Amino acid sequence: MTTKVFGEPVRRREDARLITGKGRYLDDIGSTATLAAAFVRSPHAHARILDIDVTGALDVEGLVAIYTYEDLTGPLAEPLPVLIPHPQLTAPRTGFPLANGEVNHVGEPVVMVVATDRYLAEDAAERILVTYEELPPVVGVDAAREARHAVHAEIPDNVAARHHQETGDVEPALAAAKNTLSFTQYIERSACMPMEGKGVHARWDAADSSLRVYTSTQASTSVRAAIAAKLELSLDKVEVIAPDVGGGFGVKIVHPWPEELLVPMAAIALQAEVKWAEDRREHFVSSAHERQQRQEITVGYDDEGRITALDVHIWHDNGAYTPYGIIVPIVTATQLVGPYVIPVYRVIVESVFTNTVIVTPYRGAGRPQGCFAMERTMDRIADALGLDRAVVRERNLIQPDQFPYDHHLTFQDGRPVIYDSGDYPGLMAKLKKLVGWEEAEQLRADAGARGRMLGVGMALYVEGTGPGPYEGGHVQVLGSGKVLVSTGLTSQGQGHETAFAQIVATELGVPIEDIEVTTGDTRRFGYAVGTFASRAAVMSGNAIALAARGVRAKALRIAADVLEVDPGDLEIDEGVVQVKGTPGASIPLRTVAVLSNPLRYAFDEAARQATQFAGPADDTRPPVAEGDAPGLEHVDYYSPVRSTFASGAHAAIVEIDPATWEIDVVKYAVVHDCGNIVNPMIVEGQVQGGVAQGVGGALYERMAYDSAGQLQNASFMDFLMPYSSEIPDVVIDHQETPSPLNPLGLKGAGEAGVIPGTAAIASAIEDAVGRRITAMPISPTQLYDLMRDQDTERTAAAARRAGTGAMA
Amino acid sequence: MKPSAFRYADPRSLEEALEVLSAEGEGAKVLAGGQSLLPLLSMRLAAPATLVDINRVPGLDAVETGEGGVRVGALVRHARLLEDAAAARVQPLLARATANVAHPAIRNRGTTVGSIAHADPSGEMTSVLALTGGSVTVATPAGVETVGWQDLFVGPLETSVHGPAVVTSAFFPALPARSGTAFAEIARRKGDYAVCGAGVVVTLDEDRRVSAARAAYISVGLVPEVHDLTEAVAGQPVDTADWAGAGALARTLVDPDADIHASADYRRLLVGVLTERTLIEAAAEAAGRTAA
Ligand SMILES: Cc1cc2nc3c(=O)[nH]c(=O)nc-3n(C[C@H](O)[C@H](O)[C@H](O)COP(=O)(O)OP(=O)(O)OC[C@H]3O[C@@H](n4cnc5c(N)ncnc54)[C@H](O)[C@@H]3O)c2cc1C
Repeated sequence: MTTKVFGEPVRRREDARLITGKGRYLDDIGSTATLAAAFVRSPHAHARILDIDVTGALDVEGLVAIYTYEDLTGPLAEPLPVLIPHPQLTAPRTGFPLANGEVNHVGEPVVMVVATDRYLAEDAAERILVTYEELPPVVGVDAAREARHAVHAEIPDNVAARHHQETGDVEPALAAAKNTLSFTQYIERSACMPMEGKGVHARWDAADSSLRVYTSTQASTSVRAAIAAKLELSLDKVEVIAPDVGGGFGVKIVHPWPEELLVPMAAIALQAEVKWAEDRREHFVSSAHERQQRQEITVGYDDEGRITALDVHIWHDNGAYTPYGIIVPIVTATQLVGPYVIPVYRVIVESVFTNTVIVTPYRGAGRPQGCFAMERTMDRIADALGLDRAVVRERNLIQPDQFPYDHHLTFQDGRPVIYDSGDYPGLMAKLKKLVGWEEAEQLRADAGARGRMLGVGMALYVEGTGPGPYEGGHVQVLGSGKVLVSTGLTSQGQGHETAFAQIVATELGVPIEDIEVTTGDTRRFGYAVGTFASRAAVMSGNAIALAARGVRAKALRIAADVLEVDPGDLEIDEGVVQVKGTPGASIPLRTVAVLSNPLRYAFDEAARQATQFAGPADDTRPPVAEGDAPGLEHVDYYSPVRSTFASGAHAAIVEIDPATWEIDVVKYAVVHDCGNIVNPMIVEGQVQGGVAQGVGGALYERMAYDSAGQLQNASFMDFLMPYSSEIPDVVIDHQETPSPLNPLGLKGAGEAGVIPGTAAIASAIEDAVGRRITAMPISPTQLYDLMRDQDTERTAAAARRAGTGAMA
Repeated sequence: MKPSAFRYADPRSLEEALEVLSAEGEGAKVLAGGQSLLPLLSMRLAAPATLVDINRVPGLDAVETGEGGVRVGALVRHARLLEDAAAARVQPLLARATANVAHPAIRNRGTTVGSIAHADPSGEMTSVLALTGGSVTVATPAGVETVGWQDLFVGPLETSVHGPAVVTSAFFPALPARSGTAFAEIARRKGDYAVCGAGVVVTLDEDRRVSAARAAYISVGLVPEVHDLTEAVAGQPVDTADWAGAGALARTLVDPDADIHASADYRRLLVGVLTERTLIEAAAEAAGRTAA
C-alpha cells in the first residue's frame, strides 16, 4: 500500500515538474512590467573609491534609478550583519550593501542601476564611471599570513579570528611519542556553483503597505527578519518565499545578500516590482567560495601506527569579509578528528582576510579540508611504518562499544562533539570489500601491463549533521481528505516534498498521494532556521513527524468519541480510522477533520456526510473544549540536544597515463551511514551528487586568481566543473546505525558525498605515482611538473615497491 | 550578461546579405550558428551594430563531395558534416576532427565554416583546413574569390577576410593516395576546447616506405601551422618507422603558450605524445590503403 512508505525508494514527486520545465524559479517570476536591477561591481581587488560619475548613464532610455552608498539610509547604511558572532572572531568585518568608500574584492557591488529591463540596466551600468585609487591586494592564504599588506588597514596581521581548541597538553604528548611526523599541505578554493544563481524579486503593495519578496535562498524566514530590520518594516508586513530553487549547496544560506536588501528597497522607493537575477559572471565574483587552507600538521604515533597526539595549525582564507563568522574554521577544527581516537589534540585555525570573494560554507563546509588533514596523516603514518593504509586506520578507529563517544571538543552549534552512534569498523569492512582493497596489487600489475599507473586510496569521515536550534512542522487534515504539510526550511532540489510526505504518510496512515508539502514560504510557517549542515531530514523530518503524531492523537480522540471505543483500540490506515480487528467500525479521517470543527456549514458533501457521525451536543460544555482547538491540525517543533553524527568511507581507484599524466578515476566506492533512511533513492542521489562535487574539487575545479586578485576563470568555459562524462560510476553500500537522539533515528545525508573525495583521490594518485601529493586539486599539467621535479618527495612505499622489483 | 542593442537583418539571398553588409559597414557581423558570436555579445566582449543572419540565405547548406575533395557550405552544421559518410571517405579527417568539436547541442547549431571564419586557434577545423591544404570561397560585392588557408589566418580570432564579405564555403582536398590520417586531442572535460590536439597525414611510397608525414596542432600557436615531420621518418618502412623520433621532432618545432589549464612545457609534452600516437594510427591506415 502507499501509506507505510518510510524507508522505501519512492520516486521523487517533484521531478516531473522540475524536469519538464514546469518549475517556477526566481527568473520565472514577474512580468514585462517588472523593472530589472543590474550592478556596477568593482573591477579591482582592493581600491579606494574616489568618484562615481553617473552622468553618462542618465540618457540611457529606460533608466529608472541609480543608487550608490549615498542613497542608503538608516540601518541600510550600516555594515551588513555578522550572522554568527563568536568570541574568537576578534576582528569581524562585513561589507556594506553598496561599497562605502573602499572595495575589497573584484565583484563587490558599488552601484545599483534599475531600468525597464536587464539589457538597458546593463547599458546604463556600463556608462557609469567609477574612479578608483588602487591599493595593494592580498591574494591567497600565504600572502595574508605574511601580511606585507593589510586587507583592512586597521587589521595589520589580516587575522580575523584565531580559533583554538585542545583536548590535552599536546607538546609533552608529542615529545613522548615514539614517532613523529610533520608536514604542510594546501587545498584550493572552489565554489558551490548552483545551476541557478541568486536572485530576488520584490513587490510592494502600497495600499496594504506590505512587501512580498521572492528570493532564491536557503533561509527564507531569516531573510524576512533581515529585510524587516534593515528596511524598518514591521515583520507582519513582510513575506518571503523561496520559489523553486535551482541548487544552493551553501551559498544561499548566507543572508541577507546585499541584493536581498537593495531590491526590496528599490521596489518600495519606486512603487514597482523590481527583479535581479544574478548572471554567472556575477556569481563567480560576488557570491561566495570556499576551501582554501594551508595546513601544518604534526602527529605523534607508536610503532603500530596508533596516534598518540595530533597538533594542527591551519591558515584559513576567509576572503574579504566574515558575514558567516567562523563556522567553516570551527567545522574544520572539530570534524578533522573523524572516526578516530585522538588521545591529545590541539588545533588552531587562523582565519585570515584576503582581497578575494568571501568564504562561506560550501557543501561539506570545512569538512573536506579536515578530512584531507586527518586522512593524509593516516597515509603518512602507514607510509613511514610500511603498513597497509587500511590497517593503520583500523587501529585508530573508535570502536562500536565506545558510543556515545566524547571528543571533548565544541561543535559549530556550541554543543559538545559527542558522537551519538556508529560502527566504523563495519564501514571499513564493507568498503574494503566493495572496492576490492585486497586485490589492489593485482590491479596495479594488470594496469602496469597496459602501460598505466594504478593507485587506490581511501578516506573516512564523520559528519556532524542536523544541528539545532530547531525546526517546526505543521500538519493539517482537510475535510477533503487532503493533508497539508508545511515546514519553514527551504528546498533546493533535495527531494523534501517526497521525503517529508513519506514521513507523514507513515506516521498518519494516509496515502502519500493525499499529501501536499510546502517549504520555505513564510506565509505558511514563520519559524525556521534553514537548509544547511545536512539538517533538513533530521530537523524538519522529525518536527513534521511530531506534528503528524499530534494530528493522529487528536484524530483518534475524536474518532474514539464517535465510535464509542477507547482511542487505544483504533488505528489509521489508508486514511481511515478503524477499530483494530473489527471491520466496518470505521470513520474516514477526512470526516474526522470535518467533525473537529464545530462550525460545519454544509458547503460540501464532506460536511453533510459528517453530520451522521456528529453526536448530540452537550449543553453543559462549550463547543470547543478548554485547551482544544477547532480543526484537525497540529504544529510541533523538534529541538535536539546536540547534533547527530553520520559517517562514511570512500575509496577511489585511479589510473594515470604516464605519457600525458591524465588522471582517470576508474572506480569510486562509497559506504554510507546516515542512520535510518527515509528514502534510499534520495540518499543515493545525494551521495552521487556529492561525489561529483568531490571529484570536481579533487581534479578539476579551482579559483584561478592572479596576483592582482583578478579571477581568471570566471566562466564555465574555464572553471572546470566536471560534466557527467568526468564522473565515475559510484558503487554504494549502506550501513544503518540509527541515531538515539531523535524520534526517527535519522542522521543527515546531504553533504556526506563530497567530504572525502579530495583525500581519497590524493591518496590514490600518490599510491599510483609514488610521489608525495601535498596540494589539491591536482591537474595533469601540475602532475607532470611534480613528476619531473627532482625535489618531489618519493614515498617510502614506492621505494619498497621498487626494491621488490614491482613497478615504481 | 545581456548583449547591448544591435540591429538585425535576415537577408533572403547572398546578394541581399552583401548589400546589407556593405550598407552597414564596419559595425556589421555575419551571424551563422551563433555558438561563438552570441557568447561574445552576451559577455559584451563584442558589440556589433548589426547582425546579418545568413541562415535564410539559400544554397549554402550543401556538402558536395567529389574525387578532388569536399566542399562544405556555410550553413552546414558540425553535426551534419559529422554524419556525412561520403565526405568521411574522401577526407577522413573531417569526421575525425568534427567529433571533437564541442558537444552535440553545439554541433547542432554551430557551423564548420563559421568556426573557420572565427579563426580560433583552439578550434579543430582551422587546423584541419590547414593540414589538408584547403581554402575558403569568399563572396564580396566585387565578386567571388578563393583564399588559401595560408593567406586566411592572420592571428587569433582574425582572418584576412575584411569588409562586406560572406565565406560561402570551405574546401577540403581529398586524402591523397597511399595516405592515412588520424586525429586526437586531450581536453580536460569531454567536449571542451582541447588543451592540445593533433591531426596528421602520413603518405607512403609504392614500397610502403614513408614519403611524407605532416601534422597540425590545436591550441598550439596563434594561427594554424602545418609542420613537416618527414625528415624523421623519410624512406623508413611503415612498420618500423621511428614515430617516436617524429614526435620528438615535433616538440622542437612548436612554440606553445601557457594558460591556466596547461604550462607551455606540458603542451609541448602533449605535442610529442599525440604526434607519435596519431602517426602510428595514420601509418596503419596508409599501409591499409597501399597495396603490398
Ligand atoms: C560550450 C561551447 C563549446 C565549444 N567547443 C568547441 C570546440 O571544442 N571546438 C570548436 O572548434 N568549437 C567549439 N565551440 C564553437 C563552435 O564550434 C562554433 O560553432 C564555431 O566556433 C562557430 O560557428 P558558428 O556557426 O556558431 O558561428 P557564429 O558564432 O555565428 O560566428 C562566429 C564568427 O564567425 C563569423 N562568421 C560565421 N560564419 C561566417 C561566414 N559564413 N562568413 C563570414 N563570417 C562568418 C561571425 O561573424 C563571427 O565573427 C564551442 C562553443 C561553445 C558554446
